[in-house]
Amino acid sequence: MSILAQQNLRELQALLESGACSSRDIVTSVAEQIQTVDGDIHAYLEADTEAALVEADAADARRAQGEKGPLLGIPVAIKDLLNVKGQSCRCASKLLEGFVSPYDATSVAKLRQAGAIPFGRVNMDEFAMGASTEHSAYGVTRNPWNLEHVSGGSSGGSAAAVAAHTAIVSLGSDTGGSVRQPASFCGCVGLKPSYGRVSRYGLTAFASSLDQVGVLSKTVADAADTLSVVAGHDPRDTTSDPIGVPDYAAALGEDLKGMKIGIAEEFFGEGVDPEVAASVRKAIDHCVSLGAEPVAVQFPHLKYAVSIYYILAPAEASVNLSRFDGIRYGNRVEADDPVSMMCKTRDAHLGDEVKRRILLGTYVLSSGYYDAYYVKALKARALIKQDFDKVYEQCDVLMSPVAPTTAYKIGAGAQDPLAMYLGDICTIPSNLSGGCGLSVPCGFSQAGLPIGLQILGPAFAEERILRAGHAFEQSTDWHLKQPGSFS
Amino acid sequence: MSQPTPDLDHVDVTYVANLARIELSAAETEKFQGELDDVLAYIHQLNELDLEGIEPMSHPHPRENVLREDVPVEAPDRELLLNNAPARVQDLIRVPQMMEDA
Repeated sequence: MSILAQQNLRELQALLESGACSSRDIVTSVAEQIQTVDGDIHAYLEADTEAALVEADAADARRAQGEKGPLLGIPVAIKDLLNVKGQSCRCASKLLEGFVSPYDATSVAKLRQAGAIPFGRVNMDEFAMGASTEHSAYGVTRNPWNLEHVSGGSSGGSAAAVAAHTAIVSLGSDTGGSVRQPASFCGCVGLKPSYGRVSRYGLTAFASSLDQVGVLSKTVADAADTLSVVAGHDPRDTTSDPIGVPDYAAALGEDLKGMKIGIAEEFFGEGVDPEVAASVRKAIDHCVSLGAEPVAVQFPHLKYAVSIYYILAPAEASVNLSRFDGIRYGNRVEADDPVSMMCKTRDAHLGDEVKRRILLGTYVLSSGYYDAYYVKALKARALIKQDFDKVYEQCDVLMSPVAPTTAYKIGAGAQDPLAMYLGDICTIPSNLSGGCGLSVPCGFSQAGLPIGLQILGPAFAEERILRAGHAFEQSTDWHLKQPGSFS
Repeated sequence: MSQPTPDLDHVDVTYVANLARIELSAAETEKFQGELDDVLAYIHQLNELDLEGIEPMSHPHPRENVLREDVPVEAPDRELLLNNAPARVQDLIRVPQMMEDA
């Protein structure tokens, strides 16, 4: 008999509705699972069980009053860069040690309104910069499938917690693949909604034209249910879109008959591990066997995506992170004058990857370089968008690998930042264009590490990628596989 | 610090670190120099592209003048905001002296 923490969101909804368990039971089970396995995984930076139990009782009381809802009484793990009022929010940085959130992020407020319980701060690369959680100031999050390997990143804690059943669902954020890639590495579902779909208010900004709050879950249906709660326009985020929120759960009922799946060979090019490519191609063939129609498409500018991103994201980051100056938040190194104080504070309390990106971003925005780098990258970004526009004239969704490789060994990528950046090639384009993307488990390497299928769609076409992901998932059993030591 | 002559192949790490308000050690400066020059060498591939006449795309879904009614809304609690400052004196944030005594 499996424990409550091992159930998925939909299963728990049914148990709660039938009265077979309470929200308190679920929170207790998740807390016990954290106690049992998180010492090895280190997905959690902190988790206040007592506070969560108080909220669980409140959710149970709401249910007793007749209230229903997909997330009512469900604990949700929160990436350490989303503000939850009264909880710490350190963005896995030493610089924000001691920071206590004065308000709820809108996505968190929406969770609370729906009766969900924000439970636990999960680990990430510092300020979401990195793809392995090795850049957390509080230690690496290990992959539940193999503790010697990374969990991916930057939302590595969010993904590892779901995979190790220390979370039912979690929120993450995706600026260049930070939800989809760790989901792929840890064998869970990762949904990056379209830019503007979920409010960024209270999401600590990394690159404001690319950041989006995302969902990590055990099944596609769970991701759809969670998105339906957190999505929607927010007057506090002027970039959140006024477009209405559709019924994502309803989209899941449809099969794949007649859906046109685009396949661009560029996504299977140099650097993509043959095992990964084979798994993803097999997954696409499977979708075709379910009635989808394959369409060969071109994505001629894919090879420029990493260059564009590593100009624009650091540029935006260098501006956004200028607020961490030792004056208003967190840690400070005292000095005799304000400039020395800022310089010493930022040197002492920011990690190498964050410094690297601030320096790069400051450089490309500085006088004499702005046109040569920043404006050039903005123009090239338009070419990526054009590639997508042409692709979606010919097909409904685009399928590809999420990442060129499976989860690598801890420490293996640390010495070469550029090599790490190249690992983002398949996920970056949809951040640049503002479209949506989904990672769904589609196989394992010989070494037993998970492989993810990426399903991309145009902006505000989440229903399409969820429908495709759900149909694929429900006719395969990849999502049912459990990491050995944690099932 | 004076602005260096533009050099598209090398990041002047010392100059940029000062702009970014990060005091780097000599060892850090040397390490970042090599790493950032590698990244620059890679992103020069953008020079292959013909970008003539293409509008820069700074945002996925451009929107102009998003306004709201000029009415008060709830703001985060002042106490909670001030409590996050590393050095608070009553309702002020203490910082090192910025101006010479008059």
